[in-house]
Parts: sequence; C-alpha cells; structure tokens
Amino acid sequence: MIQSLADGILVGAIVSLGAIGLTMVMHMLRFANFSHAELLSIGAYSALVFDALFSGILPILANKIGPLSMTWALILSMFCAMGATGLSAVLIDRFVFKRIRDKGDELSMVFASFGVALIIRNVLGLIFGLKSQLYSNDIVFAVMVSSDPLLLIKPDQVFVLLAALLIMLVLQFVLSRTTLGYALRAVAENPSLAEVSGIRLSWVIALVWIIGGMLAAAAGVFYGLNNHINPVIGRDLVLPIFAATIVGGIGSVFGAVLGGFIVGISANMALLILPSGYSPAVPFMIILVLLLVRPNGLFGETQT
Amino acid sequence: MMGLISYLVFFTTIASILAIAVLGLNLQWGNTGLFNGGVVAFFGAGAYGTLLLGGAPQADHIGGFNLFYPLALIGGAVAAGLLAWVVGRLTLHLRHDYLAIATFGVAVTFENIMRNAQGFSGGAKGLRGFTRPLEAWVNDGLTYNVLFLLVVSVLLICTYVFLERLIRSPYGRLLRAIREDEIAARSLGKNPGKIRLAAFITGSCIIGLAGGLYATFYAFVSPQDVLPTLTFQLWAMLIVGGAGNNRGAIIGTFLIWAAWTASGWSLSRFAPVELQIYTGTMQFILIGLVIVGMLLWRPQGLFPERLVVSQSGRKKN
Amino acid sequence: MADVLLHATDIVAGYVKDLPILKQVNIEVKRASLTLIIGPNGAGKSTFIKAVAGVVPVTSGEITLAGQRITGIRPDQMAQHSIAYVPQSDNIFRSLTIRQNLELVLRKSNSSAARIAELFARFPALATKHSEKAGTLSGGQRQMLAVAMALAVDPSLILMDEPSAGLSPKAAQEVLQLARDLTTEGVTILLVEQNVNQAMHLADHCYILAEGRNQHDADAAVLLNDPIVGEIYLGGRRVGTA
Repeated sequence: MIQSLADGILVGAIVSLGAIGLTMVMHMLRFANFSHAELLSIGAYSALVFDALFSGILPILANKIGPLSMTWALILSMFCAMGATGLSAVLIDRFVFKRIRDKGDELSMVFASFGVALIIRNVLGLIFGLKSQLYSNDIVFAVMVSSDPLLLIKPDQVFVLLAALLIMLVLQFVLSRTTLGYALRAVAENPSLAEVSGIRLSWVIALVWIIGGMLAAAAGVFYGLNNHINPVIGRDLVLPIFAATIVGGIGSVFGAVLGGFIVGISANMALLILPSGYSPAVPFMIILVLLLVRPNGLFGETQT
Repeated sequence: MMGLISYLVFFTTIASILAIAVLGLNLQWGNTGLFNGGVVAFFGAGAYGTLLLGGAPQADHIGGFNLFYPLALIGGAVAAGLLAWVVGRLTLHLRHDYLAIATFGVAVTFENIMRNAQGFSGGAKGLRGFTRPLEAWVNDGLTYNVLFLLVVSVLLICTYVFLERLIRSPYGRLLRAIREDEIAARSLGKNPGKIRLAAFITGSCIIGLAGGLYATFYAFVSPQDVLPTLTFQLWAMLIVGGAGNNRGAIIGTFLIWAAWTASGWSLSRFAPVELQIYTGTMQFILIGLVIVGMLLWRPQGLFPERLVVSQSGRKKN
Repeated sequence: MADVLLHATDIVAGYVKDLPILKQVNIEVKRASLTLIIGPNGAGKSTFIKAVAGVVPVTSGEITLAGQRITGIRPDQMAQHSIAYVPQSDNIFRSLTIRQNLELVLRKSNSSAARIAELFARFPALATKHSEKAGTLSGGQRQMLAVAMALAVDPSLILMDEPSAGLSPKAAQEVLQLARDLTTEGVTILLVEQNVNQAMHLADHCYILAEGRNQHDADAAVLLNDPIVGEIYLGGRRVGTA
C-alpha cells in the first residue's frame, strides 16, 4: 500500500512533466497532440547518445554521483537532451503543424499528430533498435525505508522526484511572475489581441514548444532512469499524459501537475485491486470518471 | 493459377470489408468532422459481438448464443453503436479533441479488456468455436470464399448507396453545414450535438458491421486483430481516398491495402534477414508519412469530393 | 498643408486577396487632432484602421506616418512605429490582472514601473483594482484599461475601433472625452464610431466612407450643420415630413 503510493508519486512526477507541456500546447494551439509523448522518447534517446559521447570524451564524468546511478555525464546529457528535444519540437511544428495551422485546418491537426507520432516512434525504433536499453548497467539497490509496512526506495527515485519538483517550481515562477509568462497566457487567451499588444506570435508558439519539449525530455530521462528506454515509451505514456491533462483541465499548469500525480498514484493503487494486465486501461478509466463528474477538469475553464 | 485466384479472392474480401469500415469512418470524419482516434474499438466491438452472439456455447467463457447469423452480425454492429453512444454522449458537447482522446482511450482499453477478460473474450488466445454460416453446405473452400466475397460485395454496395443517399439528403447537407460552420447551423435552429451524435453512432455501426464480417471470415478474433495498427491503416485509406468522398474512400482502401500487403511481402522477401524484424517498423513509418504527407500536400485526397458547396461558392466571388 | 501625421493614399485592402473591402481610400490625419471615420455598416471603417495597424493586409496604396512608410507593418511592431490600436471588443486580457495587462505591453520598456505609476495616477479606478483579474472590470473600466494599455507605449497615433460600443451613455461620453483630452496632450487619435452624434461634437475632422471608398470629408463642425449628413447620421428629420 505504502509502496504503491511511493511508486505512484514517482510515476506521477514523470507524467506531470509530460502533461505540463501538453496542456500548454493544447491550450494555445487548440489541438490534442498525440505526438507529445514521443518527445519523451526523443529526450530519453538523445540523452543516451549524449551520455555515450560525454563518457567517451571525458571518462571522469562517467563516475557515479554518491548513491545514485546517475553520473555527471548523464546530468549534462539531460540538459543537452532537453535542448535537443525542445528544438525537435519546434522543427516538427514548423514542418508539420504550422503548415496545417496556416491552412486554417484546425481539425486536421489531431490527425496529423497521429501520423507524426507514428513516424517518430518507428524512426527511433529503426535507429536505436527495438530492444530496451539502460543508461547504466550497474544495479542500484533500493534502500529499505521501513520493513513493516514494506517500503523500498531507490536513491534515484528520490533524486527524480526532487528534480521534477524543482523544474515545476521554476516553471511556475516563470509563468506567474515574469512578463514572458504573461505573454504565454495572453497568447493562449487571445492571440490576435496579443499580437497587436506587441507580442510576436511565432516566437511565443516556438517558446511553448521549447518548454514542452524540454520538460518532456526531462520526463523521458527520468522514466529511462527508473525503467528502461525503448521506442514505445511514447505509446505507453500517451494516455496517462492525456489523462493528467484532462483531469487538471486544459490550459492549467498547476492542474497538469496535480493531474499527473493523481493519475500516477491511482494507476499504482488500482493495481492493488485489479490484475496487473489491466494497468494500461486505468488512465482511461480516470478520464471516463472525470468526463462524468467534471468534464472541464479540476482547474479548466469552460470549453466549448 | 488456382492459387492466384484464391489469393485474389482473399485479398478482395479483406479489402472490401475494410472498405466498409472506411465508409463508416468517412461519415464521421469526412462528412461530419468527427475525429475517431480508436476506430479499431468499434471494429472490434462488431467482431467480438458477432462471434459471441453467433458462436457455439463454450465451456470456458460466456457467449456462444448460437444466434441466427444475420442477427449476430446486426448484434455486433449494434454493440459498436452502443459503444459509440456512450463515448459520444460523454464527449461531443466538449472541445472537439476530447472525442479524439476518448476514442483513443476506448481503443486501448478495449484491446486491454479483450486480452485480459478470459471469461468473456477468451483472453489472449482469442475467441474460437464459431462456425461460418452455411459452411457445412459448401464443400469447397474456394467456392465458399467466393460466395462470401459476393455477400461482402453486396453489403459494401449497400453501404455505399445508403451513405450516398444519406449525404445527398437534407440531413447530409446539415452534416456538412455543421462541419463547415457550427454556429451558423445552430442559428438555423438545428441542434448540432444531436446530429453529430447520430452521425457518430451510424458511422460506428458501419465500422462494427465490417468488424463482424472480418471475424466471420476468419471464424476467429483475438486481441491481435484489435491493435492500433488497424486504426492507422483505416485512416491512411480514408485520407488517400479523400475525406468526404465515398468512392474515393473505397479506392483508397484498395490502394493502401495493396501497398501494405505488397510492402510487407517485398520487405520479408528482399530485405536482409537482420532487417526482417523491422518490417512492421518500416511499414508504420510509411503509413505515418502517407498521413502527414497527404494532410500537408493533398488534404483533399487523390480523389477529392466534388460536392463542396461552400468552396465553389467562394471561388465564384 | 498643415502638419499631417498619417497619410493613407489609395488604399486597397481586405482579408482575402481577390475580395478587397477597401477599394480606394484616402485619409489624412493631422497631428494632435481627433479624426473620426463614420459610415454605414460594411463601409470598411474598421478595416481601414486594421490596415493601418497591419492586421489586415494592404494590397496596394501607401501609408506613411510622420513621413515614414508604414504600409504592411507586422502588427506586433506597431509600438516601434509609435502606433497603438484599441480593438473594438475583447481588448484586454481577462485572465491577467490589471497590472499584468500593463506590464505585458510594457515588457520591453526599462521604466515600466514608473510608467504604470503614471497611468494609475491618471486612471485611479484602475489603480484601486490593480491586482484583480481584468475580466472582473465593468465595461467602462475595460475601455479605460484598453486605452491605458495603448497609451502605455507612448504612441503618437492611437487607433480606436468603436470604443463606446456596448457602454452606457455616461461611460461612452467618458471614453470619448478621454480621446479628446489626449489630443490636447499631443496624441493623435483616429476614431471609428457608430455613436456619431456624440463623437462628432468632439472630433476635429470627419471622413465618411461607403462601400470601401471615400464618400465625403469635412471639418466636424461643418458636417454637424450639414442637413444631409444630419439626416443620415445624426437622426435628423427630412424637412416637411412628420
């Protein structure tokens, strides 16, 4: 029970990071982006590449940090992966979504995002192989926090949770206290007024993709650190991330964070009752319950 | 020679069944602008529904009601329609992409339940114990398949004619009006929510009918038949044919199905052995490229619809 | 010629390329004047100021501001060209607070706090609600905020699209009087109004557009006494009818 809660909180942190970017894109560009979860895969794999690169150039970086399986090289790689993923997100927008948006074909954006997801996922599979990979082959043992009730926690998990919370706090500060954050909210609320108020739309849209891509990359690395890296990370996480977004209410960053934790925790708790085979269906159950009870999410504005 | 004929019969049968599903999808997306991200769930509801209703009783799971076949087939379509009703009621009054998310979730969940609910669906090993209608009367396998193809073709034509009549009726014009300009349609005193729900359910019933035929043809259905792959394939078929155009949808289905089987065959035949496990991967990339490429460069499809009132009006001005 | 700030010559403009809403419009706005554009629905009044703002693409013709060519500027660069535009509706960000609305338009300025203090001194009603969401403001206060946002960047020209629409007569009078007052401080105002009677009494010069073309223009004082204009726009009655 306690163990499920702890695991759920960790999964929740990862889902939250993914959901923040998705909720911002869905709010500003008004489409459900089914390729958002693939950004987690891009992040996880690019960190793998950077990690090999840094560890090769500067072997000293490949030393582990304290009790973690994390190395300095991987931390550095994570930042590089965040940049690379943010850039990928902007490029995908330029090449696909922006061109469809410019045609005024709003409905087709969702459709296109399916195609984009399919391409990214399988190109990654083609490049990196279909087998699962790990950042580190060293086994890190979990620390027994308590024996009754049993609670095992890996140092990595504590690190991931703290890092995720830190990232969310930084983002929250940017959105609520800086004019950059106001600009993002302004564009989401009224793009044409934002433009005549001196905001360059294309910049703000690029910024949203960069933020979304960076957070997704961090989530991907964290996921890879706790599980393993394979081309279907996106496929497995797309529904939990959507569930978190809908639970939180489209456009609410705070809602996405809370939604992520709700989805992560309830998915783990549900497995106490349900056979484990049903776990992929749990996020949809959550969506279903929410649509019945509070269709606009916990913090969403009324949508039409 | 017989081998070729029997393969052609097999190919045409599957393609025609998929064409029925694509026609149903076209009613949802092409005519009404509803994005169904989980087509396979409705297809699967029809497939499982038909076999559960029409199959022989089984010891290890429920179902097997030995229902008269046409009733079982209709029952499968109704099951798909019921699923659509539930999803539609929950999401169609919300932002348009909620439907996409919910249907996508339904498909994941549907496959998941079929894989796990042993006592209902037979679990991962699938649903057996179904005898194809009249199979005992026809001794020869090929003859039976030809007869089955005839039935499927008749149903395809019926579906086509039904949908063509529907979209040319005042109701069809209403669907287009809602797709093009919901506010205007509402101001005319029409209730777009109800009309969209009806279109979504009708489309899903048609997709369910295709699923029922598919399961009948194989006399078997398993979770492998309801993977997201099928959703993507059906989408590619529709976008190639041209959303909103029923004839295009049928041609698109045959084209994509031919391309899919041909690419699978040639990859498995000519690609180096170590690349063989990537056959599916490469096919998915192709499907993704078809979808994105068509949306970017030829969103009206290879065979665009001719009956777009607003666009021709715009040009004249 | 007196000191003309805005010159618009032979403007053809519209949302769709082959469907111009403005077919040929010529407008001159004198520095520190209040110039009014009126005309029937669909005349292209709003389209004209949107064309100046860069929101609607200009197909042909030329617009200059203080001698500088500003035809087809990007709307987000208006402030750099010393122009501000107050749209007719939805002209404030409801989800941001009043202060945040102002900070947003001033985000490139170095002295935004000082400027906001000045604006709050001018609009005390906004100052008292500075940390409330702009969506909670009354109609008249929203227009105040919209004008304050325009004024914040210290423009030489403010384009106003029917600022009195939907307001009570009192609030309408206040916002139009505000426009008038601004001209005495050297700001030039180009105003589109349906509320012709009130606006005409405050304006210096008035253009009448119809079907995307100039129909007539004269000093507001002259037009006020023009029987035909009075009949059409000011609710006057034809002589001899009941």
